[in-house]
Amino acid sequence: MSALPTREHGLHLLAEMLRIRCFEDRCAELYSAGKIRGFLHLYNGEEGVAVGVMQALRSEDDIAGTYREHGHAIARGIPMRSIMAELYGKLEGCCRGRGGSMHIFDRERRFYGGNAIVGGCLPLAVGLALGARLTGRNAVVVCFFGEGAMAEGEFHESMNLASLWRLPALFVCENNYYAMGTALDRSEAETNLVTKLSSYRMRAESVDGMDVLAVEARARELVDYVRNERSPAFLEARTYRFRAHSMYDPQLYRSKAEVKEWESKGPIIGLTQRLKAANLMSEADFLQLQRAANAEVDEAVAFAEHGSLERVEDLTRFLYAEQPA
Amino acid sequence: MSALPGTVHTMTYREALRQGLRSVLLTQPDVFVIGEDIGKYGGCFAVTKGLLEEFGEQRIRDAPLSESAFVGAGIGAALAGMRPVVEIMTVNFSLLALDQILNTAATLSHMSGGQCAVPLIIRMATGAGRQVAAQHSHSLEGWYSHIPGLRIVTPATIDDAAGMLRAALAFRDPVIIFEHMNLYNLQGELTAEAERADIERAAVRRAGRDISLITYGASLYKCLAAAERLSARGVDAEVIDLRVLRPLDEQTFLASVRKTHRALIVDEGWRSVGVAAEVGMRIMEQAFYELDAPVERICGVEVPIPYAKHMEEAALPQIEQIVSLAASMVKHAG
Amino acid sequence: MPSLGPDMEAGTLLQWRIKPGDAVKRGDIVALVETDKGIIDVEIFSDGVVDKLLVSEGARVAVGTVLAQLNGGAAPAHEIIEAVPTPPVTPPTPATSAPSVTSVSAAPAPESHRRKISPAARARARELGVDLDRVAGTGMGHAITIEDVLKAAQAAKPAVAEPAHDMRQIIARAMSRSKREIPHYYLSLVCSFAKARDFLDRYNATVDIESRLLPAAVLLKAVAQSAKAMPDFNGFYKADAFKASSDVHLGVAIAMRGGRLVAPAILDADQKSLPLIMTELRDLATRVRAGHMRSSELSMPTITVTSFAEEDVDFVIPVIYPPQVAIVGIGSVRERPWVVDGQVRAELTVPISLAADHRVTDGRAGSRFLATIRNALQAPEQL
Repeated sequence: MSALPTREHGLHLLAEMLRIRCFEDRCAELYSAGKIRGFLHLYNGEEGVAVGVMQALRSEDDIAGTYREHGHAIARGIPMRSIMAELYGKLEGCCRGRGGSMHIFDRERRFYGGNAIVGGCLPLAVGLALGARLTGRNAVVVCFFGEGAMAEGEFHESMNLASLWRLPALFVCENNYYAMGTALDRSEAETNLVTKLSSYRMRAESVDGMDVLAVEARARELVDYVRNERSPAFLEARTYRFRAHSMYDPQLYRSKAEVKEWESKGPIIGLTQRLKAANLMSEADFLQLQRAANAEVDEAVAFAEHGSLERVEDLTRFLYAEQPA
Repeated sequence: MSALPGTVHTMTYREALRQGLRSVLLTQPDVFVIGEDIGKYGGCFAVTKGLLEEFGEQRIRDAPLSESAFVGAGIGAALAGMRPVVEIMTVNFSLLALDQILNTAATLSHMSGGQCAVPLIIRMATGAGRQVAAQHSHSLEGWYSHIPGLRIVTPATIDDAAGMLRAALAFRDPVIIFEHMNLYNLQGELTAEAERADIERAAVRRAGRDISLITYGASLYKCLAAAERLSARGVDAEVIDLRVLRPLDEQTFLASVRKTHRALIVDEGWRSVGVAAEVGMRIMEQAFYELDAPVERICGVEVPIPYAKHMEEAALPQIEQIVSLAASMVKHAG
Repeated sequence: MPSLGPDMEAGTLLQWRIKPGDAVKRGDIVALVETDKGIIDVEIFSDGVVDKLLVSEGARVAVGTVLAQLNGGAAPAHEIIEAVPTPPVTPPTPATSAPSVTSVSAAPAPESHRRKISPAARARARELGVDLDRVAGTGMGHAITIEDVLKAAQAAKPAVAEPAHDMRQIIARAMSRSKREIPHYYLSLVCSFAKARDFLDRYNATVDIESRLLPAAVLLKAVAQSAKAMPDFNGFYKADAFKASSDVHLGVAIAMRGGRLVAPAILDADQKSLPLIMTELRDLATRVRAGHMRSSELSMPTITVTSFAEEDVDFVIPVIYPPQVAIVGIGSVRERPWVVDGQVRAELTVPISLAADHRVTDGRAGSRFLATIRNALQAPEQL
């Protein structure tokens, strides 16, 4: 069991997770209403991982993620309205409405997507770390990916390279036990993911991803290690997604009972119970956080609704960099 | 396929694909399927739904997200005497297996002096138009068609969806079947034609005398709709469905151009160095003196496909564009 | 029923070479037609599938009658619309700007003043003998299209004359019309053929038997080149006006069995090498004698040559084939007395005569034309 936080930090962690949960639930609704299109992969249930890890990062650190990255973007501090406008395909979105749900980028906050090809963010993170090393920045690169990516060649190539070159990268595997519809034991010969890393001589640990405090503690430890030792590390966060893989998924591969059971162990419920049990938070506090999160999402939706569309004449703009080298 | 001559069954493109797959699984014991989420999940596009239950895990094999490895495994199994049908979820992910497809599947027969044919079928979804943004909207049929040693087919009709797989199995070559994402829900009639589907000839989907609209995949329906609108304007368009991009059946479209003297190629893929470029060049080489207007093409705009609906539409060939360009090619100014 | 010449009004469909359901390709021979000029292969100018044959074998129908339908009637029968032998005129050459020496790639491309004519329209105009200079373009960017050419061809269709029933009759009518309408004048010039003979002997020694050149090749090329140089003798007189042709399609009179005579053209004869002219001449003769000529060959000549080079004839006094304005007669090539430096000697010579239309040229021009031919024969290596 992880150590208790201060009231202030506890409420902060809870608020962050509620913001994400609220945002994701609203996205599901807006998707059903046709306001958001394309593929939509929601982060419900996994909030503890993004929120926990982000606590350990500084503004100079780099982040790369997957197509299920709303939570990471919110936890990194990208304004919710900018993300929602992106999901609406509006010019005011963080990528002018060009990327949508799967491709959130915010260069200023060193948030490098938003990659929709499984495993695609891993080599990119290796490169960001190499770049940090070569340019002399004392930055850590954190790469989020699912356990499904560990079956890809790109994962193994990236681990080897990062370790061989001792690059400052933390690889955070969000193990939610299903690669889309394929259960871990149907996709991995070795289901102990930490064991797999031993062949790369990389420090590797595992944490309960449903415990945001534990995630934060372990992330701080590993980020310090990466920053100070200038060596990569691997962190498995065991978690679960409460919603379907994407909006179009009948979930034939898992039972409702299984989902129910995991929901009862969710990161928000868990932290709420602990804070209340320790008298660090009241029900009124909780409702206040929830209202605030809802209000922020309301504002983001209104902002997105009132957003504008990019001019069609700009279609080919940015195909090539506008600033010369 | 259960369609008897003279009977028709209304079904979706997705169901037609499933029926085609099921039919070869039933009749050819050496056929088996590998792919991501094709079993328990039921297939990303539900093409393989129910097949795991019917045929078992030996023949419907869920694979981890290891495109290079399981495509390569398909190649090896083909060499070993099986007839694997590999499903790559989408063309976007096929890039992870490109080495195996290009360096191994496409080369082995020739490089081994004819010893090692690779009778492998690869199915994959392709195309844009569903707002799934840059990394999930590729149309790389032209890319793959660049590769000698592969056979590239693009079923666009219910009959082709049901019949092309069987036709592909008649060859001992790597065949890639591109299924456009926008077609899975297409409803149509399965006819006895499915039994006669080949993977060698293009098809005239609509006869006309004024202009040849040459296309493939889901753009076929844009061209057919455009042809209807053109007809209201007194322009009689012929619509050619290429069906097979490699080896390209040029005779069908050349014959059409020799009749209509005008060609407009519609290709969702990027404009430069693509299918449209190849078709246009063959017309120049072999039917130049038949042309009564410059060959034209409407292609995907050369950008990664954006998410926002209006921008995605602007990046893809649209019916109205086809109508207006075709009309201006045919209609006399005087 | 295709028009195969300005005087053809009708033809008899002798034999179909196709049947409904057959796929046909452009250039296929689809029927044999008996015309007053002989049996002619009818070629098709469209690809398609034969839908219906509309005229039965043995029927005689007017030019312009639809003989068969392709593709469910989808393809118009425009490939068999009457031809008019107005020669195509090459569009003006594009203006060019002086090349830049320092940066060739950066020099702006000269603006093209070439008229926009679709490749198919150009080909069709040639087949139909349509003068593209007189056609307005209505296609994209005002390009001339097939439809424009066909409209022009139809507009220029000559008035229908009384039907002709056999070849003798058509020749009779053409020759009568010629003698009735064309004020002929005649000139002749005996030319030395010695240098040409030497040239031929030298050339023929270097090639195999099938490739050898006959005197006719040199004579035809000399006439073609001269016609190109003096366009007043090359073209058509129609509607009280002469229109020169920039292309030289040289008609070659060839006798057929049964006393019939045709003069199919060697297209662009001035542009063709001697071996090529020889090849085409052989091919023409073979096909004419077998009765297989192409419509384009019969409708095209801009000037005609009638040669008796290997016959026993001294001077030919030919009759112009309207609407052409000149015909060149060639007598036998043989040794004749020849005076050089006051000495008489035997010289290989050929008498060349010209019958020309006095409405277009006069004797002075005619004599220059003959001199041009003679000069060409004295420098055969330049032919």
